[in-house]
Amino acid sequence: MSERRIGVYICHCGGNISDYVDVAEVRDAVADEPGVVHAETTMFACSDGAQHDMIQKIQDEHLDGLVVASCSPKLHLFTFRGVSKRAGLNPYQYTQVNIREQDSWAHGGDPVGATRKAIGLVRAGIAKTGASVPLDPIGVDTTARALVVGGGIAGLRAAIGLADLGLGVALVEREAQLGGWVARFGPMFPHERSGHDLIEDLVAEVRKRSSITVFTRAELVGKSGSFGNYSAELRVTSPDGGEPETVRTEVGAIVIATGFDTYQPEAGEYGYGIEGVLTLAEFKALVDTTPGPLHYKDRPVRTIAYIYCVGNRQEGGNAYCSKYCCSAAVHESIQVSDHDVSARQYHLYRDIRTYGRYELMYEESRKRGSVYMKFPDDTPPSVERGKDGKLLVTTVDALTGGERVSLEADLVVLVTGMVPRQNSSLTDLLKLPLGSDGFYNEIHPKLRPVETVVDGVMIAGACQGPKTSSESVASGLAAVTQCGGMLMRGTAELDPLVATVNAEACTACGECEEACPYGAIHRVTNGEGEVMTIDATACKGCGGCAPYCPEDAIDLLGNTDEQIRGMIDNLLEAGVA
Amino acid sequence: MSGQETSTGEGGPRILVFSTQNISDPGIDLAGSRHLHYPATVSTITLPCSSAIKPDWIVHAFDRGFDGVFIAADGDECAYLPDCSARTARIAAEAQERMKAAGYQPERVKMAALCSVCAEPFVAHMREFAELLARLNAAGAEAA
Repeated sequence: MSERRIGVYICHCGGNISDYVDVAEVRDAVADEPGVVHAETTMFACSDGAQHDMIQKIQDEHLDGLVVASCSPKLHLFTFRGVSKRAGLNPYQYTQVNIREQDSWAHGGDPVGATRKAIGLVRAGIAKTGASVPLDPIGVDTTARALVVGGGIAGLRAAIGLADLGLGVALVEREAQLGGWVARFGPMFPHERSGHDLIEDLVAEVRKRSSITVFTRAELVGKSGSFGNYSAELRVTSPDGGEPETVRTEVGAIVIATGFDTYQPEAGEYGYGIEGVLTLAEFKALVDTTPGPLHYKDRPVRTIAYIYCVGNRQEGGNAYCSKYCCSAAVHESIQVSDHDVSARQYHLYRDIRTYGRYELMYEESRKRGSVYMKFPDDTPPSVERGKDGKLLVTTVDALTGGERVSLEADLVVLVTGMVPRQNSSLTDLLKLPLGSDGFYNEIHPKLRPVETVVDGVMIAGACQGPKTSSESVASGLAAVTQCGGMLMRGTAELDPLVATVNAEACTACGECEEACPYGAIHRVTNGEGEVMTIDATACKGCGGCAPYCPEDAIDLLGNTDEQIRGMIDNLLEAGVA
Repeated sequence: MSGQETSTGEGGPRILVFSTQNISDPGIDLAGSRHLHYPATVSTITLPCSSAIKPDWIVHAFDRGFDGVFIAADGDECAYLPDCSARTARIAAEAQERMKAAGYQPERVKMAALCSVCAEPFVAHMREFAELLARLNAAGAEAA
């Protein structure tokens, strides 16, 4: 007989669950499971009233475990961990069972099957909680200072935000000047202020704050310590070419905002290399530095052809959409027409993605006479030098039934997107994960958009994927908020769901140490001899070491061998046969 | 939206899915959120990373009556381990060796990378895998 005292709640979620799953049957089926002392259905488990009742029940019945079968843990894991905590129950003895997204909504045509599945899932959840042990969060003192790597628009805005929260900031920029890409830009949508002016303002704000220390010509080259207390080693190059200086600074968190590079076409790609065929970045620089009507190599530019999606959305690499380039090209075309209303501009596109209020810009460009022609994905335009010195662009117009169209142009703009910046030394140093697109990977794009699996290391701006400047600023500020939550109290808590070694079973073979890329596992000597031990603050809780142990001596807390086997044992006991 | 299941919960191969908290589980959730239907005999256990699956758990699942185990791996999107795919493949291969020794057909384990928006691919995998397992079950019954 189990000595546990577990409470189980089955949520109707209005009718989202109970329209398909017989929640009363589920309750009755699990009420006598080992360790269960209370089981009930509830209309909305997440409602204030239901939470209050749960707390009361936990206290009255002296529950030592809680299972709520409701929606995805992505939505309410922390809600019910909070309920547990407020009731005096260890939050790590709570298990959320997903019977909505992974049951009622997925099996709407099979209510009997959905109910049986729910019974199995809840039983598995009870088994998991039944094998749980109370765990305490890992408490760490934190240093009230953050390191921001990258002095572009995201990094500058993050540094200012961090300083305004009362945190110290070390801002590190590899180049001699702060500002990154935006500092080179002319007028920007929607305010039409120049990027250069925007950056000047931000740099002035940085200079006003004595809590921000700026290091230019500097790179992060070393990092030791762990979350809350990192020691960062910077290499600062002297402007006069002297010996680089090494500076060490203590920080609690790190924000990586190292930006992007632009796609560089191969010679011959859409005619690149022919005079007058420019990338978007080259064209933008030309427009920004040309007063009055556009000229190129002292010749007036009267006809421009833009070819979109160059270097993006293509097979064999850069399959993603850079999403800023459509808006940037459309904006440039409006600037061209500002100085020359009769300029002829042809936009050859696959899809136009001027989302949100950039749509207004797209409409404006059409009103001004820009012509948009869609070409089929498998028939990209070609560019060649014409006999009269003009550029000849040939395309297929998908909207007129595949008619071939030839255009003469003075300039061809290849609307090139963003590519990940090559930063392998920084990536290796911080153990930052890269996505399949080569940009840094956040834990989850919506739920944890600036956090990485490396505790205390955030990513912001275009280093995590193509972004507009305003989106970069938004993610920089998200990183500020995240840092504030971690560092402003002076102490922080880490999830204790980390790997542990059973010292009695461990033979110190070292396989696990090899398997851990985070350096969390070390060999130590105890009274009995050598064993492996895991540093809980350095462990990321992935569990990747456990299958490497030939003695099966490693368990991942929260997902122990006993818990997983217990779940497997119980999933099928609902009579699914 | 896919067609409605008309099963009465009586059958279909029993499939255990190992999914991952941050990558494949949101994809499986999304299938439900979009009311894309797959057999109700599919149940999921979620781990932080597919590299944490112990091969013995897979064998244990067959011992307990599952007909198939599907590893919804993180693939290249894994936020923990850059070599997650290779590690998970190694685990699946080791499980298959142990399954052979225990008398289970190794093709009853399937692994595929599943991203956080892979709702349709997940449903397609489940339907195809259930069909494969049904064929294997039928062949096994005939042989017996």
